[in-house]
Amino acid sequence: MEFFLQPYPWYVAGPLIALVTFFLFYFGKRLGISSNLETFCAIGGAGKLVDFFKFDWKKKSWNLLFLIGTIIGGFIAYQYLTPSDTVGISQKTVQDLTALGFKNPGKSYLPNEIFSVETMLSVKGFLILLIAGIFVGFGSRYAGGCTSGHAIVGLSNLELPSLISVIGFFIGGLIMTWLILPLIF
Amino acid sequence: MKNIKFLILGIIFGIILSKAEVISWYRIYEMFKFQSFHMYGIIGSAVVVGMIIFTFFRNGKIKNFQGEKIIVAPKKKGFYRNMFGGIIFGFGWALAGACPGPMFILLGRGVLAIVVVIVGSILGAFLYHTFKNKLPH
Repeated sequence: MEFFLQPYPWYVAGPLIALVTFFLFYFGKRLGISSNLETFCAIGGAGKLVDFFKFDWKKKSWNLLFLIGTIIGGFIAYQYLTPSDTVGISQKTVQDLTALGFKNPGKSYLPNEIFSVETMLSVKGFLILLIAGIFVGFGSRYAGGCTSGHAIVGLSNLELPSLISVIGFFIGGLIMTWLILPLIF
Repeated sequence: MKNIKFLILGIIFGIILSKAEVISWYRIYEMFKFQSFHMYGIIGSAVVVGMIIFTFFRNGKIKNFQGEKIIVAPKKKGFYRNMFGGIIFGFGWALAGACPGPMFILLGRGVLAIVVVIVGSILGAFLYHTFKNKLPH
């Protein structure tokens, strides 16, 4: 039992993710989380405004079920499999975040400076969360995939479009982390 | 009910990503600062094991549950869509510290603020399809 309560090292998590990918293919599907965002638009009636969303979303219900599964998985892991709420980030990361004004980085699972309810209810905090989400949704659909579809499946399949996308992910991520985050916090 | 297997796979996926701390904002920040091998190890080892599995798909040694050859449909080609879409996605990934999978896993964790990110991402997907004819692909 002790083993299951420890955080998974990378060499356990990576192959397990590949195994989930395998089972999806075995059952005739392809791992890709961000296409669910389009399904939500379709369910919400976006087809009235943009023709693209007129697709039959029921054909994608397997992916919605997968998504609901991830929510349940998050709940189970949090409630029963995670005795500690700390994250084992490097000492250098703790120093950098402290210098940015973050309090006790890594001592909680997420930084209060972004995810506390108090922050969410402030104008700046709300806008950061909303704009981050818009970037994720817009970018993943523009690129035709996110970390799961491009980085995991696409790279495994040696696809050039996925390599370009992942390089793009890192260009964007590095600009945000090194240049923009210090301006925001 | 035949789709229940996808629910179970999703639960497993959610537990793996939670237990590996992939869904923590801190881990994404640390990755983009090149201060730990953790995230690179996870994505890298998933890709390497994936490559091996896909080789068996290609040569037909592993077939799907109906005994058919597994064909991995390629992603859409085009430099601009993949590069610009990727960069915009990267902005969001580093800011929210979460990509689409972890966003929903964090919802299961009871993180209320992630609802704003999820609503934003659905809005983002809507905006892309509204303006896609004006964008280079």
